[in-house]
Amino acid sequence: MIYDVIVIGGGPAGLAAALEAKNEGAEKVLILERDRELGGILNQCIHNGFGLHHFKEELTGPEYAGRFIEMVKNTDIEVSLDTMVLEVTKEKQVHCVSKTEGYRILEAKAIVLAMGCRERTRGAISIPGTRPAGVLTAGTAQRYVNMEGYMVGKRIVILGSGDIGLIMARRMTLEGAKVLACIELMPYSGGLTRNIVQCLHDYDIPLYLSHTIVDIKGDKRVEQVVAARVDENRRPIPGTEMTFDCDTLLLSVGLIPENELTKNAGIEIDKRTKGAVVYENMQTETEGIFACGNVVHVHDLVDFVTAESQRAGRAAARCALAGGVDGGKTITMKNGSAVTYTVPQKIRTGNVEKLCELFFRVNKVMQKAEIEVLDGENVIAHFKREHLAPGEMEKIALPRMLLDKAAGSELVVSVREVE
Amino acid sequence: MTELICIGCPKGCHLQVDEENNYEVSGASCEKGAAYGKIELTDPRRVVTSTVRVKGASPARCSVKTNAAVPKGDIFAVMKALDAVELSSPVKIGDIVIANVCGTGADVVATRNI
Ligand SMILES: Cc1cc2nc3c(=O)[nH]c(=O)nc-3n(C[C@H](O)[C@H](O)[C@H](O)COP(=O)(O)OP(=O)(O)OC[C@H]3O[C@@H](n4cnc5c(N)ncnc54)[C@H](O)[C@@H]3O)c2cc1C
Ligand code: SF4
Repeated sequence: MIYDVIVIGGGPAGLAAALEAKNEGAEKVLILERDRELGGILNQCIHNGFGLHHFKEELTGPEYAGRFIEMVKNTDIEVSLDTMVLEVTKEKQVHCVSKTEGYRILEAKAIVLAMGCRERTRGAISIPGTRPAGVLTAGTAQRYVNMEGYMVGKRIVILGSGDIGLIMARRMTLEGAKVLACIELMPYSGGLTRNIVQCLHDYDIPLYLSHTIVDIKGDKRVEQVVAARVDENRRPIPGTEMTFDCDTLLLSVGLIPENELTKNAGIEIDKRTKGAVVYENMQTETEGIFACGNVVHVHDLVDFVTAESQRAGRAAARCALAGGVDGGKTITMKNGSAVTYTVPQKIRTGNVEKLCELFFRVNKVMQKAEIEVLDGENVIAHFKREHLAPGEMEKIALPRMLLDKAAGSELVVSVREVE
Repeated sequence: MTELICIGCPKGCHLQVDEENNYEVSGASCEKGAAYGKIELTDPRRVVTSTVRVKGASPARCSVKTNAAVPKGDIFAVMKALDAVELSSPVKIGDIVIANVCGTGADVVATRNI
């Protein structure tokens, strides 16, 4: 038997893609998930702040996931839990293993990759010092506290001010721990402003910007961490050290898309996003294999994951039912000044209905900015935005008409600060 | 005049609230922000999210939230009240875990099915 669409990963991306594939007419749709339940990372994100765009109300992570899980249950979409996908091939075979079914090789007309991302660990950013117990990533701590019910420490320092670190600062405080400081290497926070306010300010937790951890002390368990200010080259400045007596260090130093399957399948990866290069309909460079959600680029908001994944699911269904689509002229999107990446990286103008949404991030904080899209020397579109920051994904919508008119095969997205 | 950042949505608008002038709010991009600016200075409130024990289930915790924002000063009292709770499965999203928690008028409700 050949599936129309196999979705790998049952987080919000996989759930939305599977549902949309079904709505679009795909008959046999299967979700493969390695965990014991659907919902992905949302199951441990018990705080609220999800769904303002999609559901127009503020939900917690499990509630947001719950709504999609319920919708999937009301269809004939098949779900295999506790099933780890080991390999995906360009011929659209999926190798997976589970306790109940053993090793299986499944075939599909279209595949959607929705494996999410994982956290960077201490190794990935190499802090000096001893290696005692009590150093863990913020997301691991979140899972222990919120799902298993274990407290991870009493006196806590957090390295990194991404959203997970901020959310955990509040969470640990509510559970009775003392959070001594949140320490951020960059001169700005990597998290959403609202999280700085409601997670740090509300509980008087100091945020040290332009600081890093230069030493971890402790024999069996963390006893102290030493932080220092850094210069503009991010080098610690001697003489600025501060010592914190603590038993736990939480790392919130970023997420990396989980792309082993993608790489092993020989699918092209974008060095900037660390995810697959994708077209306007979320197809990768391999015909019939699509990708969406955090496996493509790290999202701050699950609502955007859902929208992007619906696009992937729709395109996967069309591909399964009608075969490949000829999208006409291909335009490659390039980074201009202050832009770190764009998704999609490539646009086939013939596949764009009215507007093509383009997501990107900037490399510095800007109060007022002008975003320009350039075709050679010509500015073909410009947009104004306020408060751009690396921690917040931005999007613009390019009308098909403009794309069709582009003379070259490359467009550059560029951002500059204006007074 | 007090400067605030609205926590109503990820946009994070910078608000100016004029205490002398009936807490008039400028800088908000929507009505929610205008309301937040006033209440944040007169009666600040937050939704509390946490977990409670579940007897013999896996996962061992059920996530919960207050179904309305509670006064900031009551947050730790709400956390304490949650310590005493132990649910048994099945639990459904929306089930009331503690009604009118700490007299705040808000209910604590389950946010996942177990
Ligand atoms: C800690 C944290 C806090 C956040 N807070 C907010 C917030 O307040 N508001 C908001 O809107 N967004 C928030 N986000 C962002 C949002 O939750 C994520 O962007 C979203 O969950 C990503 O969805 P996903 O489906 O791509 O990935 P995931 O949710 O990670 O799902 C991926 C799934 O794929 C499965 N998988 C991976 N590899 C395999 C394999 N080989 N075989 C089988 N299955 C596999 C995994 O088990 C997982 O279930 C937060 C994210 C995190 C991590
Ligand atoms: S004022 Fe409105 S748009 Fe601005 S942050 Fe608050 S809720 Fe969001």
